[in-house]
Amino acid sequence: MSLEGMYQELILDHHRNPVGKGLRDPFDAQVHHINTSCGDELTVRVHLDSGEVADISWDGVGCAISQASMSMLADMCTRQSTAHFRQLLDAFLAVMHGRGQIAPDPILGEAAAFEGVAQFAARVKCALLGWMAVEDAVNRALSTVIDLRPEQEGNA
Amino acid sequence: MTVRQWTGESVRDDFPLLSRIMRQNKPLVYLDSAATSQKPAVVLDAERRFYEQHNAAAHRGSHQLAEEATEAYESARSRIAGFIAADTRSLVFTKSATESLNLIAYALLNATVLSARGSAQDPRFVVSEGDNIVVTELEHHANLVPWQELCAKTGATLRWVPVTSDGGLAIDVLTDIVDERTKVVSCAHVSNTLGHMLPIGKFAAAAHEVGALFVLDACQSVPHLPVAAPQTGADLIAFSAHKMLGPTGLGLLWGRQEILDAMPVVSTGGSMISHVTMERSTYQPAPMRFEPGVPSMAQAVGTAAAVEYLESLGMMQVEQHVRELSQHCIDELSLIDGVKVITSVDAAPVSAVSFTVDGVHPHDVGQVLDDDGVAVRVGHHCAWPLMRALGVPATVRASFSVYNTNQDVAALANSVARVKGFFG
Repeated sequence: MSLEGMYQELILDHHRNPVGKGLRDPFDAQVHHINTSCGDELTVRVHLDSGEVADISWDGVGCAISQASMSMLADMCTRQSTAHFRQLLDAFLAVMHGRGQIAPDPILGEAAAFEGVAQFAARVKCALLGWMAVEDAVNRALSTVIDLRPEQEGNA
Repeated sequence: MTVRQWTGESVRDDFPLLSRIMRQNKPLVYLDSAATSQKPAVVLDAERRFYEQHNAAAHRGSHQLAEEATEAYESARSRIAGFIAADTRSLVFTKSATESLNLIAYALLNATVLSARGSAQDPRFVVSEGDNIVVTELEHHANLVPWQELCAKTGATLRWVPVTSDGGLAIDVLTDIVDERTKVVSCAHVSNTLGHMLPIGKFAAAAHEVGALFVLDACQSVPHLPVAAPQTGADLIAFSAHKMLGPTGLGLLWGRQEILDAMPVVSTGGSMISHVTMERSTYQPAPMRFEPGVPSMAQAVGTAAAVEYLESLGMMQVEQHVRELSQHCIDELSLIDGVKVITSVDAAPVSAVSFTVDGVHPHDVGQVLDDDGVAVRVGHHCAWPLMRALGVPATVRASFSVYNTNQDVAALANSVARVKGFFG
């Protein structure tokens, strides 16, 4: 697996022109994730609307793999259902933990470009950082959005 | 011990791992000895020979094999103590330098707890609310986090000598922050990230003026230059075997004899006891008092072999060798467009050089280097506060040992030169 195999043009594009970068309002949850071994950091905000991921905004400092992965995720999952995100997450995890033996599920689309990273155990965490952050943010957003107030008589 | 004539090229063959070919069919260029060093065959042989011929539980049992194992372990202690011009009895074996530093911190905590329960303790080890511990902003986490923990548990405050953005220590601050409530002053002998030597004499003087303990992290100095423990001014010194061509899993802790003799025990169990009943136990004198359990005998023997190997090269020659490589590295990297070498304004590096490449995260730089078979470290180097003080998220660090050569520096420079082009 060559360097070009890991840093495919698509990944470098997303690194140079990241999608969704810059923290925005409104948002339902904000998380801060760090790769403790190398210092990659991501702050991610997620805004949900009727079961859909309406906006993913983020900011961070880190390697090309971590930033590009976050950008691609923002690109693919904004204005999609949370179920769609979870489906993509499972597919992405399967590839990342597959040591290059697992072919990417077609639903991954552009994210299949990260296939090469799976062979470099030290970089898998970089590719996963954004996905873990968004999963965390979505979970937190869902737990606050659920309205637990009982039905009250007389409400219109 | 006769010192032999040698070069990086001539000693390379002593290190079996250095002949490895890496991905992309590239020969290994190992520039990460500050993380861990490679081992000469004599060290591997010594460890193996111990297991093949002399292995038994040292300090336990009266059979011949146990005698041999004990002799091997204790003469290794003697050999390693001699390497730092110390007495045998003042050298403790631990599992790592990190453990050595934690051991000191926990000894102080134990003294503090015992004192609070009415047991008379040497006041030097008792840390009270309102006391302080002084370190620097460039410390490795192993010489920072244990002190943070100790402060949290005792109510003491952590103070530090700040680092300025040019990597210099604001050393004048030291005498402001060390006062009569200071219990410990601690610093690195050589910075693991910037590679330079700290003015430890000033730290020792500041500590002793107020009766504080001076603890020295010598992990990056003992492997690369002559260190005579009693002359450093330190009360306690931590270093590790695996950074000085020795096996992993063995740390060293040197202490002034009367300090070790007065320090409370930390890790307890077999070996370190003198007398045991169900109600209470008494303990051996130092160093045994700090060595519970069956000892890491093979590792001690391997480390003694590493010491012998280093002495055959001569530590003054080792220092000259790594300093020259570091300077050559700085010279070569400085020629490359977009590269910023990060050294301290205070002093030239001994054996490690940190740098960044404009617009490319160190992690990605490291990947390009890896593609060329060049192994460096990227990230915060277990010195996260230092990164913040320098205003960088991370750096790339190349570090040198006896087996590195100018060709290694050339390989590094060639690889770094193609980084910016790759990321466009």
